[in-house]
Amino acid sequence: MSSGTENGSHGGHLHYGMVIDLDKCTGCGACSVACQEENNISFRADESDKLRGISWLTLYRLENGKEYPAYRAISLPRPCMHCSGGHDSPCTYVCPVNATKRDPETGLVNHIPVRCIGCRYCMVACPYHARSFNWWDPVWPDPLTKMLTPEVSPRMRGVIEKCTFCGHRLNRARDQARVAGEDPKMVAYTPACVEACPTKAMVFGNLKDPQSEAAKLAKDPRAFQILAKLNTDPSVYYLSKEQWVHKLSDNDL
Amino acid sequence: MDKALIPDGVKRCPLPLFGLWLLVLLAIIGWGVYAGLSVLIQGLNITGLNNYFGFGLYICADLAIIALGAGAFFSGFLYYGMSRFFPVLKEELQKIINLAVIVGFCCYTGALAVLLLEIGQPIRGWFGYWHANVHSMLTEVIFCISCYAIVLVIEYLPIVLENRKLDAIRGVHFFGHSLHEAMAIFALTGTFLSFFHQGSLGGVPGVMFGRPFAFRTGFFVWPWTFFLFTLSAIACGPSFTALICKAVEGVTRKRLVDRSVYELIAKISGTALLIYFVLKCADTLYWALDTAPGFGLKLSDFYQEPYGMWLLVAELGVGGLLPVILLLTPNLGTSNGLLFLGFFLNCFGICVNRFAMTVEAIAIPVMPFDRWAFYTPTWAEWAPVIAMLAYGTLIISLSYRYLPVFPQEKKLNVR
Repeated sequence: MSSGTENGSHGGHLHYGMVIDLDKCTGCGACSVACQEENNISFRADESDKLRGISWLTLYRLENGKEYPAYRAISLPRPCMHCSGGHDSPCTYVCPVNATKRDPETGLVNHIPVRCIGCRYCMVACPYHARSFNWWDPVWPDPLTKMLTPEVSPRMRGVIEKCTFCGHRLNRARDQARVAGEDPKMVAYTPACVEACPTKAMVFGNLKDPQSEAAKLAKDPRAFQILAKLNTDPSVYYLSKEQWVHKLSDNDL
Repeated sequence: MDKALIPDGVKRCPLPLFGLWLLVLLAIIGWGVYAGLSVLIQGLNITGLNNYFGFGLYICADLAIIALGAGAFFSGFLYYGMSRFFPVLKEELQKIINLAVIVGFCCYTGALAVLLLEIGQPIRGWFGYWHANVHSMLTEVIFCISCYAIVLVIEYLPIVLENRKLDAIRGVHFFGHSLHEAMAIFALTGTFLSFFHQGSLGGVPGVMFGRPFAFRTGFFVWPWTFFLFTLSAIACGPSFTALICKAVEGVTRKRLVDRSVYELIAKISGTALLIYFVLKCADTLYWALDTAPGFGLKLSDFYQEPYGMWLLVAELGVGGLLPVILLLTPNLGTSNGLLFLGFFLNCFGICVNRFAMTVEAIAIPVMPFDRWAFYTPTWAEWAPVIAMLAYGTLIISLSYRYLPVFPQEKKLNVR
């Protein structure tokens, strides 16, 4: 298995990443709801067309394909993988207008909606389907308009959006570090999804800090990345003791 | 009524009949413009695109029409460049070079118009020049397509200025003549630009290393699809020009070029297609036996109905091997039906390739626990594409009626 802490193409001592313990995940969806609320993700009255909706953190249901009593199923939360492979990320490599870039200082793949021209090349290039297109103008029914997060700009129709690992929370943590006279570059923060997880199945931290819990868990024998064979080197690791889950994490001849 | 505008010594249909024809074309174009405006005003939600199918009919039609329009750049390259070594090229291609330029002009300008609808924020289209990401193949496409479209306008202009009334104006005549003199430079510049443009369109799917169906290894920064797209465009462009020429001959019930022109195009197109076919087969084999297994996938994983294995057979068999045989077997070439079937299948095969590399490529679930997705274009996608074809027909109709497009027309239609 490739490791973001070893093979990532960026230097420095910071690489934010996430570890999700699938054995602990109950599939409650709190992470996804918290993400939706925190990041001002718009929704429509009729969300039945799942291929047109906007989701930064999608829950997939994985099944082992066996009959009861051998039947097993788990939920797999999928945020943006914030890939850091040798080619850069699949999405940042193709964007014609530099609207999405990987920050070599943090390992975060950001997206600038006001620069995005909506060509959807990044969405097509992403094997994880982590990017959504704004097919409609974002509209929130009252009183939700008064409950939007002020630090996150809503996205307009015709542009792509995706998980930022709550980049605004990173900025907030940096501001607080500056006020406290600390080094703003090495701050720790928690994305909304991790904060909302009731079973503590999600852990976020610096994968390059050997003392961080995230870095330790990323080296756990149960750890794996999704589609590791593509060499995208995701910053999101999953944990599971189930071999059938490991097998479903990648294509295998 | 418009006799003064029609070239000397040739006959054209009565103006009312031509006017009726134009009305039909304008109606189709109007339908396309209405659909285009609807997309611009209401957004891409009225198309069949979704988060799994970010690319659809617009981009597929653009890639196909640009490949088919490659007759302009390759004929120009042969006519102005290679004819120094092979004089027969100059002699034969001058009979059809004007049409090749007009077809190229229609294809590129039409594709640009549809491309405007393809992006979610068309007003920001200029960001491609301003915030250019030099690593992106789409950046190369944006730059080359606009530059080459300008070159095609410059190449089309002297043909327009040959109109009888315009040519009678001394200054215009002098300007048009000067443009003709400088045309070799533009044609060769166009060749250079179009080579990169066709190639970068191939690079668009080829560099997506997260998409095993589309991804290809390659040479330096270019995936093999870069070279295959250029070569396939070289193969089908002249065939498409020949098909259009035959269509104009059919509609006007006149002979416009010698048969020797078609035979030469058959040899050129057939040879280019043969080279492409061999390399494409090698590429497919390498991809199926090395690249895809490296990602944990086998060939059959990439094909599921409706995007089944039949697409590969249609592309490489019906649209590859068969036209190679039809175009390069001398005895078969004597039959008009088989010759033009060869031209048609050549174009068909390249269109299937463009479909496979844009739409089929993204239907396949990469994550093993994901599902196949299927895409159906809506009227809002069909209408602008059909209008683009009507626009091309309109330009060719007007050019044929009012410009001396075919130098042999008078000689071949003496009564």
